[in-house]
Amino acid sequence: MMHWIILPVFLPAILAPLIGFVMRHDMVLARAASLTGTVVLLGIALKLMVMAADGTTHVYRLGDWPAPFGIVLVLDRLSALMVLMTALLALIVVVHATSTGWDARGRHFHALFQFQLMGICGAFLTGDIFNLFVFFEVLLIASYGLMIHAGGRERIRAGLQYVVMNLAGSTLFLFALGTLYASTGTLNIADLAARIPEIPVEEAALVRVAAILLMIVFAVKAALFPVQFWLPATYANAPAPVAALFAIMTKVGAYAILRIHTTAFGPGSPGTEDLAGTWLFPAAIVTIAVGALGVLAARRLMSLIAFSVVGSMGTLLVAVAAFSPDATSAALYYMVHSTFAAACLFLIADLVVTQRGADTLKPVPATVQNGLFAALFFAGAIAMAGMPPLSGFLGKLLVLDALRDPGTLVWAWSAILIGSLLTIVGFARAGSALFWKSTATLPPAPDPEKITVHAVAEPLRASSLQLAPAMAAIATLALLAAFAGPVAAYLESTSAQLFDRQGYVTSVITAEEEG
Amino acid sequence: MEMIVASTIGILTAGGVYLMLRLRTFPVILGLTLLSYAVNVFLFASGRLAIDLSPILSPYGEGSYTDPLPQALVLTAIVISFGMTAVLVMIGLGAFLEAESDRIDMDAEDDAPASSDEKDGSA
Repeated sequence: MMHWIILPVFLPAILAPLIGFVMRHDMVLARAASLTGTVVLLGIALKLMVMAADGTTHVYRLGDWPAPFGIVLVLDRLSALMVLMTALLALIVVVHATSTGWDARGRHFHALFQFQLMGICGAFLTGDIFNLFVFFEVLLIASYGLMIHAGGRERIRAGLQYVVMNLAGSTLFLFALGTLYASTGTLNIADLAARIPEIPVEEAALVRVAAILLMIVFAVKAALFPVQFWLPATYANAPAPVAALFAIMTKVGAYAILRIHTTAFGPGSPGTEDLAGTWLFPAAIVTIAVGALGVLAARRLMSLIAFSVVGSMGTLLVAVAAFSPDATSAALYYMVHSTFAAACLFLIADLVVTQRGADTLKPVPATVQNGLFAALFFAGAIAMAGMPPLSGFLGKLLVLDALRDPGTLVWAWSAILIGSLLTIVGFARAGSALFWKSTATLPPAPDPEKITVHAVAEPLRASSLQLAPAMAAIATLALLAAFAGPVAAYLESTSAQLFDRQGYVTSVITAEEEG
Repeated sequence: MEMIVASTIGILTAGGVYLMLRLRTFPVILGLTLLSYAVNVFLFASGRLAIDLSPILSPYGEGSYTDPLPQALVLTAIVISFGMTAVLVMIGLGAFLEAESDRIDMDAEDDAPASSDEKDGSA
């Protein structure tokens, strides 16, 4: 028995109630447990990565029931990559939250954090759609708590919108599952992949409905155009470390689109073959435009970054929409990049906002470490906008290179290039207002209403422990750029494995020796 | 029976969607509850509708049984939607007490920098 596969779900699931109930009154203990748990999770993710690297699809059957009937967890290269990304990001975020004291500003931060990790890892590992739904709910219910962590009127209100939006999405998800089960009689992804191609085109109407419903649900999670409106308000109002962790949550949507619409409804199923691509591509183009214009229009630092996340999801989904192995490996590279770029920007923004006492994009007198933060923000911004030398440039280049089909070339290239230009302009404007103009601004005359208490109360100099997570995120991006060759090779085999539907079906349905 | 079940799902969904569009906390919560009832009935029907059949293979009966999986799915879905509704009620109550208003949409002056300074008081 190989129990490694269930550990990324099991470990946080055990740790979270322990932190929540046993260590609720002892912050030091809770922090230590959460940090240790996240480090161990990273170790497990590395081990899973090594296991998956040889290209076999590992199957873990819960209760040892054979695959289409029992619940399975499936580990292939894509799942392993996503779990590793989650674990690394979680470590960065938890260090930031601990060192800046965010976790002490509300209750149960670490317990909710571990539940969130459980949901995310589970969503990446599960092998059937109903458990994907269950893990979605686990990660969402934890994210509701994290989103309104530390409270405040604005935050709770944005949180309420976020909760309502996602509950409506969950209902839609269940409608899709019901339709899918009624028409195919199974919810196991491998079994679906085997059965859907056998349904004649003229009888596939219900499956098509289910495919589109699922697409809408995942689009909500991935913040795709008609349903992206929740993201800027949510991310801009969430506590910064939580927003950084949420950077992986939009990727859960993208992962689900990749997994379900490639394996189950993908190329080769007559009824649903072109369905996803047809709708996904124009929506992703508009998403890029929305993100870029939002970056230009933003008046607050956090919403600027939130809109740049929307734009990066658009770029990612443009590549996904092609549903070809080349474009998918480009999308995966960009996915890894954009997760860490967004996280790094949110963490830097948190430090900047703490120093300045406000997150409006207006010049205030230079704060301590102005140069250091300017450099960090600059690094994060060029990564997000896709300028060399960091990995955003390579990611966008790979995406552009993969989209050479004459039908999509004009739209995709002009959207990505113009979108990048607008993003650069938006970030340059924000950066100059935040860091350059501030050195030229004299302290304003004392205004009794404007004096904020925390500006004097907080220690102004960020400690090296507070800076370390943001720097680690930038270092990840630099490494991603430096080792682009090996990473791209791994991702190419990942997407080749993703498009090998027959291999996936065979290893899940008939795996006897694993488990 | 199909007619009754189908129109029940339809009416519940229509009512749920209407209430969700009201932009006030309480109608939205009711609307989501109605929607989750609709989806539970829908899931239940997705096996197939049958009367007097148990969801297990019986060694005594004539061998006919109804699909147990949708029932298991509905059970999970009920538990989840129940928990979610509880969370939503608590958050809605919190938002009402903080903001002294039960509107779900943001009002325009919330974008103004002054109030965002207020909000980030803890940042």
